[in-house]
Amino acid sequence: MSHAADLPPGVAVVVAFFVVLGAGLTLVGSFGFYRLRSFYDRIHAPTLGTSWGTAAIVMASMILFSALQSRLVVHEILIGIFVTVTTPVTLMLLGRAALYRDRAERNPDVPAMDPPKGSLVASREDDGEPAAAVAQPDVSGP
Amino acid sequence: MSQSILVVAVTAAQVMLALAMALALARMIRGPRAQDRVLGLDTLYVNSMLMLLVFGMRTGSALYFEAALIIAMLGFVATVALAKFLMRGEVIE
Repeated sequence: MSHAADLPPGVAVVVAFFVVLGAGLTLVGSFGFYRLRSFYDRIHAPTLGTSWGTAAIVMASMILFSALQSRLVVHEILIGIFVTVTTPVTLMLLGRAALYRDRAERNPDVPAMDPPKGSLVASREDDGEPAAAVAQPDVSGP
Repeated sequence: MSQSILVVAVTAAQVMLALAMALALARMIRGPRAQDRVLGLDTLYVNSMLMLLVFGMRTGSALYFEAALIIAMLGFVATVALAKFLMRGEVIE
């Protein structure tokens, strides 16, 4: 890193703080993504990396290049804006897809689709029985 | 002085990001379901984009920024297409 030899130490400390903060948050998010149990828990963890992980590293890069070139360098903020805008879209789509797949398999861990008012499933679900267990005897109905 | 601070910080950041990429890859291999693998791929994309940004800070060239921007865009499109495929069984209907 010989290009950063004449950087003021204060700027170097700020850049080092932000880059380590961003990488650490990304690591924590990825660790949670590996560690959590269900998919709906896991989908939250990597957003640590996409929110403050990306923001801190982008800020460190902007501060470093602005100090090195003695002018305002802000083109890295494009990445920050892009990641911030696209992450909710991606995760909403993926979460809806996972929910659709779980409901199609009648997985008892996810809430069922809102039943129409007055239907049999809704009235029995109010008694506290899970919907998947109730749905079985109805198949051989009239 | 400032150079050694930056070298230590950037190296630590690269190690942490590499570890994060390894964890995302491990989840992608382990699964257990398709949506976990897609989410693992998305996490891997974001982590590699951050890794490229840190590489750019280390070398001082603007080339890595453009690569990181392209990786971010490709990651978004790939994950949206894969999520659409998981939901509908087709990407373009």
